[in-house]
Amino acid sequence: MTDSVMPKWADVALVPFINLALALFVSGIVVALIGKDPFEALYILVNGSVGSAYGWGYTLFYTTNFIFTGLGVAVAFHARLFNIGGEGQAALGGLGVALVLLYVPWPHWTIAMLAASVGAAFFGAAWAAIPAYLQATRGSHIVITTIMFNFIASALMVYLLSRVLLVPGAGGSPETARFAEAVHLPSAYEIAPWLGFSRSTPLNVSFFLAIAACIFVWLLIWRTRLGYEIRAFGHSEPAALYAGISPTRITMVSMLLSGGLIGLMAVNAVMGEAERLVIDPVQGAGFVGIAVALMGRSHPVGVFLAALLFGALYQGGGELTFEVNGMTREIILVIQALVILFTGALDNMVRSPIENLFATTRRRPASPEPTTPLEPGGHPERGKAEP
Amino acid sequence: MTAAGTPPDPDLAIELRGISKSFGPVRANKDIALRVRRGTIHGIIGENGAGKSTLMSILYGFYKADAGEIMIGGKRTEIPDSQAAIDAGIGMVFQHFKLVENFTVLENVVLGAEEGRLLRPSLAKARKLLRQLADDYEMDVDPEAVIEDLGVGQQQRVEILKALYREADILILDEPTGVLTPAEADHLFRILRGLRDEGKTIILITHKLREVMEITDTVSVMRRGEMTATVQTADTSPEELAELMVGRKVLLRVDKAPARPGKAVLEVKNLRVTDVQGVERLKGIDLRIHAGEILGVAGVAGNGQSELLEVLGGYANGTGTIRLNDQTIDLTGTASDARTRRARGIAHVPEDRQREGLIMDYRAWENVGFGYHHDARFNSGIFMDNAALRADCAAKMERFDVRPPDPNLAAKNFSGGNQQKIVLAREIERNPDLLLIGQPTRGVDIGAIEFIHEQIVALRDQGKAILLVSVELDEIMALSDRIAVMFDGRIIGERLPSETDQGELGLLMAGMTGEAAA
Repeated sequence: MTDSVMPKWADVALVPFINLALALFVSGIVVALIGKDPFEALYILVNGSVGSAYGWGYTLFYTTNFIFTGLGVAVAFHARLFNIGGEGQAALGGLGVALVLLYVPWPHWTIAMLAASVGAAFFGAAWAAIPAYLQATRGSHIVITTIMFNFIASALMVYLLSRVLLVPGAGGSPETARFAEAVHLPSAYEIAPWLGFSRSTPLNVSFFLAIAACIFVWLLIWRTRLGYEIRAFGHSEPAALYAGISPTRITMVSMLLSGGLIGLMAVNAVMGEAERLVIDPVQGAGFVGIAVALMGRSHPVGVFLAALLFGALYQGGGELTFEVNGMTREIILVIQALVILFTGALDNMVRSPIENLFATTRRRPASPEPTTPLEPGGHPERGKAEP
Repeated sequence: MTAAGTPPDPDLAIELRGISKSFGPVRANKDIALRVRRGTIHGIIGENGAGKSTLMSILYGFYKADAGEIMIGGKRTEIPDSQAAIDAGIGMVFQHFKLVENFTVLENVVLGAEEGRLLRPSLAKARKLLRQLADDYEMDVDPEAVIEDLGVGQQQRVEILKALYREADILILDEPTGVLTPAEADHLFRILRGLRDEGKTIILITHKLREVMEITDTVSVMRRGEMTATVQTADTSPEELAELMVGRKVLLRVDKAPARPGKAVLEVKNLRVTDVQGVERLKGIDLRIHAGEILGVAGVAGNGQSELLEVLGGYANGTGTIRLNDQTIDLTGTASDARTRRARGIAHVPEDRQREGLIMDYRAWENVGFGYHHDARFNSGIFMDNAALRADCAAKMERFDVRPPDPNLAAKNFSGGNQQKIVLAREIERNPDLLLIGQPTRGVDIGAIEFIHEQIVALRDQGKAILLVSVELDEIMALSDRIAVMFDGRIIGERLPSETDQGELGLLMAGMTGEAAA
């Protein structure tokens, strides 16, 4: 019942903010320990990510990737399935994009983008389908199978890029030919030059696709019957059986949706930015998607905000390694890990004291009638306090 | 009652003064005073959430009281943890036993109370004590038996032995008869009387009025965190106790006219269910339920009743024939799921509403469509019609007196009785031909029990067939028009409520048939 004493603003804003502040504080200590100035590092981190149109261009590009992977993981979370195969599913999504764009002469980028999205989602979903099938029918644990499929995907991509799809005479770099000029996606520079994005910005129209995906997932999960069934199954499998909801079907469908959403990331990374398929188009976004889904509590709005945060960390972190001598990529990973640790795993450390604070300050407006914990997503459940 | 200043009375085994305990804004115990006389059996009754368990947890050192004092044997005693409670001579038998399943009885009794580093002397001492106790109180348990091989009644005896081995003078038992057959319960009561006559003090926490009347010397009633009354059992009646518990007059008997059974609605022949471990749970069930009739299935939990409900409800696989309104129901294949069963007119109030009947994190309005979420009235186009669900929920809450009547409240925030009313409203208002209902009043307050029973009888009077599964014999006796007793996956006997009694049903539940049961 303790989860009802906190007003909603504290739940969705105050607690994450304190978590983030703590994570940055500890990161500052780490930075100080390796002999750098933490305040300077923070300045570069923030300024490099959101301090200029240039920074925003990269931040939002990464955000787009993380929205897709985060949404994918979130949909699976709602069915209590832990899809950690995002890396492989996104890589296969890239393959789907490449096949669609390399072998069909598309007249215009709009149709090409639609076709590439279908290809990306189809390949991503197909890669998730095998672990989903094994889980649904054989009970093979999806955490194990999806992560194994990451390795298989990686090997498959190396084989395809170095043997099959390799462009002749590319100089040994395992990548496909460049996509046709006609399928080039408009970049932020081309769409809105007055916003000051640089010519080289990777941010492109896929960002809008990501926002559309957020709306799609919100409608799917909270407005459709399928979403109702997915959430019910995620909360309680015995109850789902009682209600006539087939566990096999829900496991398959939610994993296909999850893989498909994750695959869509390739539209941004492969079609939008690289404009060819390279050896590792995912760059860890599949794993970041897990953190994004956790931090965003599997809600599209939360996923969007968390993706933005991680996008900024990615971009700002990149600047940090570039600007400060001796700041390696590993430090960035440490900072990201601390953010995940404080916002995800140690959430209750901050939440409980704040809840108690609210409980004591608003004690005794009469009866202890329980009030609604209006939490839309709430899937990865918070710890419950004693009665 | 007792003012804080009065001198302690050495005749009291336990005296509590002004005990208060809050959890956040909830005051679980408010200024509780309790006097338990030495050498008596003292019942503590109250509805769910009245604060009984909190009070006993304070006494056993699990919680620390916010205020108040505890006197044991006339001495002020601090009980910061359960070891202190044991040292003070208090033993506790929990509802869910705390035994090591793969240890022997002897090892469990000694566990945590070993003397010295070597086990042998402790075991020898315990063996001797066990033998003596077996003679004194009919507490026959084989000291060398492994716990998992014992029945629940015997496991409970091991719990009592553990407390006695730790030289407990005061024994607290929390809902001890919940898992016992009537015969086992009688045996337990004989043991408890024997212990009382030896001078032990026994506190019995229960919600069963019949047991309180049968075995206790004194009863204390709790309501909403307060101790509302303490009376001598001989001077009171079940009706008065129920009224004290609920705060208003309660009808303990179910008012129902004789059944007027119509045509057979459900016919089951040779129904068998084998679980995933390959154990046969239903070993050939035959039964028939008519329109306008309640068939009560009695039995100790775990004798196949759950599987019977599941296979009829469409989510366990079985073999045999089930005919509903003269039409055969598929037992295998894709059409054999709960959704198809609902479409055929079978509604189901499951035994465990929190595990199956409700999604605890779903709000009430989301739960009223659960299982019926394919209904056209709850859908508009590709989306669910949440407004229709909300309106339906509000209407159901009004008709079934669900409190608080707030469709936006999550299921987990309702009390057990109100959760059950939500499930009941959903299933009954579908106007099914057959209602399966398991443990309709488990964990439900007395006030709500009355209401739920009325609803079940009303549905019967509309000419519906009802299959009632309950482990509460009182409930079976009160509601059923016919009683089938299940034992070990079979229906071992069928009786009319007017021609049987608890004793006979109890023997059947223990697997004794034929002349022995007559």
